[in-house]
Amino acid sequence: MMQRISNSQLYQLILTNIRELIREPGVLFWGIVFPILMSLGLGVAFTKKKDVITRIAVIGEHHLVKEPADSASALASFLLANKSVTEKDKSGNQIHKLTVPDDKLGNTTFIFQSFEWKEAMVLLKRGNLNLVMDEKNGMVQYHFDPMNPDAQLTYLKLSKLLGSTGPVVKEANTEVKPLTVSGSRYIDFLVPGLIAMGVMMSCMWGVSYAIIERRSKKLLRRMVATPMKRSNFLLAMITVRVMMNFVEAGLLFLFAWLAFNITIQGSVAALFALFIAGNFAFAGIAIFMSSHTAKTEVGNGLINAVSMPMMVLSGVFFSYHNFPEWSIPAIQKFPLTMLADGIRSIMTEGAGFAETALPIAILGSIGFVFFVAGMKMFRWH
Amino acid sequence: MSGTPVIEVRNVHKSFKTVQAVRGIDLCIPPGRFVAILGPNGAGKTTLVEMIEGIQQPDQGDIFIDGKTWKGNEKYLRNLIGLSLQETHFIDKLNVWETLRLFASFFNIGRERCEEVLRLIALEEKRKSWVVNLSGGQRQRLALGIAILNNPKVLLLDEPTTGLDPNARREIWAILLRLKEQSGTSLILTTHYMEEAEQLCDYIVIIDQGKILKEGTITDLLGEIQDLPVKPLDTRKITLDDLFITLTGRHLDDATHIK
Repeated sequence: MMQRISNSQLYQLILTNIRELIREPGVLFWGIVFPILMSLGLGVAFTKKKDVITRIAVIGEHHLVKEPADSASALASFLLANKSVTEKDKSGNQIHKLTVPDDKLGNTTFIFQSFEWKEAMVLLKRGNLNLVMDEKNGMVQYHFDPMNPDAQLTYLKLSKLLGSTGPVVKEANTEVKPLTVSGSRYIDFLVPGLIAMGVMMSCMWGVSYAIIERRSKKLLRRMVATPMKRSNFLLAMITVRVMMNFVEAGLLFLFAWLAFNITIQGSVAALFALFIAGNFAFAGIAIFMSSHTAKTEVGNGLINAVSMPMMVLSGVFFSYHNFPEWSIPAIQKFPLTMLADGIRSIMTEGAGFAETALPIAILGSIGFVFFVAGMKMFRWH
Repeated sequence: MSGTPVIEVRNVHKSFKTVQAVRGIDLCIPPGRFVAILGPNGAGKTTLVEMIEGIQQPDQGDIFIDGKTWKGNEKYLRNLIGLSLQETHFIDKLNVWETLRLFASFFNIGRERCEEVLRLIALEEKRKSWVVNLSGGQRQRLALGIAILNNPKVLLLDEPTTGLDPNARREIWAILLRLKEQSGTSLILTTHYMEEAEQLCDYIVIIDQGKILKEGTITDLLGEIQDLPVKPLDTRKITLDDLFITLTGRHLDDATHIK
């Protein structure tokens, strides 16, 4: 039995891919150590980026009624005094915009919107909000993660503004309420993004580039000159990559759990299904991209052209809501965005199958379409 | 060395864009025969071998291997053929044994045959060496070992000794001569080394510009020089090189630089 297994071509192909993987220290470094180092570096010492738009949730409708003038709240009076602009966002919700000009540091636009507490928490975890405000018995309360520099800066700017402009809100009447809700810290936002990015990069380089390199070295041609099943070749390559991605993601999560007490608040089964769907999507894209070229330089360019925009835009390191509003619907359709958002919603918002069924189905379909198209164009020599 | 041909090429043509690589070649190889296809670079040798190997389709003409065409018989024919390419890059970080085992698995061949081949190619001491650390000659021996793993009925070697030093080349020749003695394998060897063709093969096909110029046994071919209108100056030590010069007006080594 063992002899039969060890003589099987799929077994030998899988073994070959594993050996190649573990004998290449660079792969282990970039695949496992680098994301951990990145999570450590960014999680602990996230440096400030230049913010121009900050979003603030105001709890309770009564503080931000249709027209701030109608409300007796300090915040509403402040907005009115500072001539904030009231308009509707794309979803038809009323928002209040207040732009503070600053020649040296750049303008800051505060966008205020009414939310229920629960809704505000979800958006905060997704990185769609910087701060949550509440007003109780004449006290203005600021809720935010003190470890999040973005939130801290928003608080400082806003409290300074409220304490100096228009109907002043005295410092004695303000209160900072640190948010200790699991899932609201920057590291909670970052780790799911890193896991998703790891899947994409691993498939792009581990499948796409590896195939192109083998084609350029004529190894593919040499292998298909034997009775090797072509499907076994691809299956072995993808299987090993998915195994590696599980190890990578597992170690990253373990590290984040030990160092930052990150937990999975939602369904582990849904996370597993989403992870598999994400792997399938990126493996399909990788096969499609490597289907024709035999030049590693071209492969390199193709991989960068596909992965770099997603890395920057898909909300791996910071929320894509910082990008112009018109671009967000397009960004949300990127496979990396869907995977990162899905993982994030399970890990930090407690989502399950109901919330992630759509991204799982879309990612699965993306994988299927690209895989079929790639195989139709695939050049073995 | 006679019988039903193991390889039969009938009036095969192949073009790439504006280049006519093969222009009407016929070839018939019986079992056990070692055939050298001689010609300069760009003569059409590799294209001819690739068509026999089944990775290129002829534009015109037919190719039969063991009486079968590639269409619908790929799995059967892949089991019959052994192949070594001009430049073979195996997986750098697999060792010699692992590489043999990997390729053996494609033919469902076990350890015993791998051990046998390892001895035949004299790489037992390098068993655990990574492919990346092998010399050019050792790598080519490994390529040859992989090509003969399945005891092929047809062995296709595309310039197997190009770029090797004389010692490494002789080691390859020794393996092939042993194979010639011990098996019924038919060999097609492309080369532009006259000496290699003379040492290993009993039938020579000289091609240039996609056409067969001459073919036959070495004795036949050298004998034919006597009948040609332009003869070499020294007829006492006539070689295949002389024949090539007589046929084309070019020295084979010079011709290799003409593309």
